[in-house]
Amino acid sequence: MKYLEEYRDRALVDKLVAKIHQSATRRHTLMEVCGGQTHAILRFGIDALLEKTVTLVHGPGCPVCVTPVAMIDQAIALAQMPDVVLCTFGDMMRVPGSRQSLLEARAQGGQVRMVYSPLDAVKLAQADPTKQYVFFAVGFETTAPANALAVYQADQQGISNFAILSTHVLVRPAMETILKHPDCRIEGFLAAGHVCTITGYAGYEALCEQYKTPIVVTGFEPVDILSGVLHCVEQLEAGVASVQNAYTRSVQREGNQQAWRLVETVFEVTDQEWRGMGTIPRSGLRLRSRYGAHDAAQRFEIPTPEPAAANPCRAAEVLQGFITPHECPAFGVSCTPEAPLGAPMVSSEGACAAYYRYRRTEALNTEG
Amino acid sequence: MMVEEKSSMTWSCPRPREGAAYITIAHGGGGLMTQRLIQQIFLQAYGNDALAAMNDAAVLSLEGSDRVAVSTDSFVVRPLEFPGGDIGVLAVHGTVNDLAMMGATPKYLTAGFILEEGLELRVLERIVKSMADAAREAGVQIVAGDTKVVERGHGDGVFINTTGIGVYHDMAAPGAASVEEGDCILLSGDIGRHGLAVMAVRENLTDSLGFASDTCNLAPVVADMRAAGVELHWMRDLTRGGLSSAVNELAAAVGCGMRLREIAIPVHPEVQGLCELLGLDPLYVANEGRFILLTPAAHVDTALTVLEKHRADEYAAPCLIGQIEMQQPSRVILESSIGVDRILDMMSGEQLPRIC
Repeated sequence: MKYLEEYRDRALVDKLVAKIHQSATRRHTLMEVCGGQTHAILRFGIDALLEKTVTLVHGPGCPVCVTPVAMIDQAIALAQMPDVVLCTFGDMMRVPGSRQSLLEARAQGGQVRMVYSPLDAVKLAQADPTKQYVFFAVGFETTAPANALAVYQADQQGISNFAILSTHVLVRPAMETILKHPDCRIEGFLAAGHVCTITGYAGYEALCEQYKTPIVVTGFEPVDILSGVLHCVEQLEAGVASVQNAYTRSVQREGNQQAWRLVETVFEVTDQEWRGMGTIPRSGLRLRSRYGAHDAAQRFEIPTPEPAAANPCRAAEVLQGFITPHECPAFGVSCTPEAPLGAPMVSSEGACAAYYRYRRTEALNTEG
Repeated sequence: MMVEEKSSMTWSCPRPREGAAYITIAHGGGGLMTQRLIQQIFLQAYGNDALAAMNDAAVLSLEGSDRVAVSTDSFVVRPLEFPGGDIGVLAVHGTVNDLAMMGATPKYLTAGFILEEGLELRVLERIVKSMADAAREAGVQIVAGDTKVVERGHGDGVFINTTGIGVYHDMAAPGAASVEEGDCILLSGDIGRHGLAVMAVRENLTDSLGFASDTCNLAPVVADMRAAGVELHWMRDLTRGGLSSAVNELAAAVGCGMRLREIAIPVHPEVQGLCELLGLDPLYVANEGRFILLTPAAHVDTALTVLEKHRADEYAAPCLIGQIEMQQPSRVILESSIGVDRILDMMSGEQLPRIC
């Protein structure tokens, strides 16, 4: 398949790996920010290829994983209200809230619909004015434009029975939080290619300058990821730190300005709680008051859930790259994809799920 | 007919109109409407002596064989009709293929229908007809059946259950006990077409779709394999859960390890494209006309020649995808396309598309 096979080409992969090994005079620790990259790394075994010279640490870029438990509880509470249909991306369905997941809530009669796009939820609302349709708007900058468009369209067309439950996060403040941590061991970032497609990468330049940390915009296929790693390693070896783009077929410096303008029309920046990481200032998006009519948090009286019971899950440390999933005592024992304790074990972008799915061998070996 | 026309003018509580274009609760009432439905739709399509007798049970002959293979399967699919087939075709192929995987020759099917009130009769007619056609092509007779109607909102149009009966051949009994060290794992064609064809309809992506469901009857290719003298150590058709489920079931049943090469597993380029678009992995996507078979290395060439004869099109190349490693722990190792080993796990639930 064009635009796919050439980025999974084994000869090219081998060449890049050799070049990385040649360039590195010492071991480097890099963080891939996006969960999609984490999965590609483990699915294809890219970390194994780089074992000799590069440690890849998995970052917080899994939208499902960083969504606060309280928000999942609120989504479930909405789904249980009469005449409310909660629409969500499939990935969100199995994430445990404090008592149950959306999938379990649906089995018990909650109205939950899986959609591929928030615009599908708008269409559902338009077709069925007897019910309230609420879209669970989670995600990074990548999903924000479509969610903004959904609200904008519903507003323009007077579709008053459409709202969103918004818990949007921004990736750059999270990267800064990681860099600021006294135990931070990250020397360079592979920035999330999809996020940068929307935002561009000019916004990273100040961060890179301030923390003297290379940031390389990176895609999701093996050749993309290895190119990102090579750029990072070359910068570190040369003792420089700049923002580079290794995903030029998708990303431009200024990003998709039209999409981002729409985001800014509908949303404003706000402090945001991240699951496991606490509240990060100015790291989220909320609807502007002009669009309050489509804000589920304002429209419905959503019961405030009790705080979740203590849980051995160490997702917070996994998400910030302090430990790998293997190092969590619950991994593969009390926490599995069938009975997850934390979101990273559920999502197809979560690091724990990736380790469980592709790397259980190592865990089995240590057990045996 | 005349009596009813007259009476419908005088009764205060009219019976449902018999010419209705939809299934109504009355079709499941066991009365005249039920009889008409059976006569006009089912018997007409499936017509055979065993069914036409309308007894409580069909009496069958199995050519003097004293051992039979029996398999049952229920079919639920939304949409009911999709590129390359419909639920009726699946209900025949699914059960016939289960018999074929045991090396049995499928002979008879039963068919149980659960219909949802409001189902269009012409849709039912199409499904029943394609079921009859598929059965005829597969050389099996539908010899017993049942119909029930549930209220609107309590079903998904049509649910079908089929039970298949086949003649069991002792000589060709594939099973976990026959698997040996070094057995080669052959895949009969490319993977993922059925699941993506269904998904394409659900997501409105069928415009200029360049592939259809792979649903087909696998009994002929298995029969040819036997005729060519291929030793069949184990077979499994790939259905829900895709290739990954089938090989993991194999690893669990035999208690052995195996090594597969990702690069050897064919995927239609459009299936691959849609998978990328929808965030799915073809290794986990459903198929309805592909199977894996285990055979000793010495039989691989013959087996591939037979599979090649039944190949659907240029993308459906049969291939050798891996080997059994009896001494290894029971799990599936997949060598990724860039040459690194990883586990190929079973899906824990349904494959849920990721967010971005």
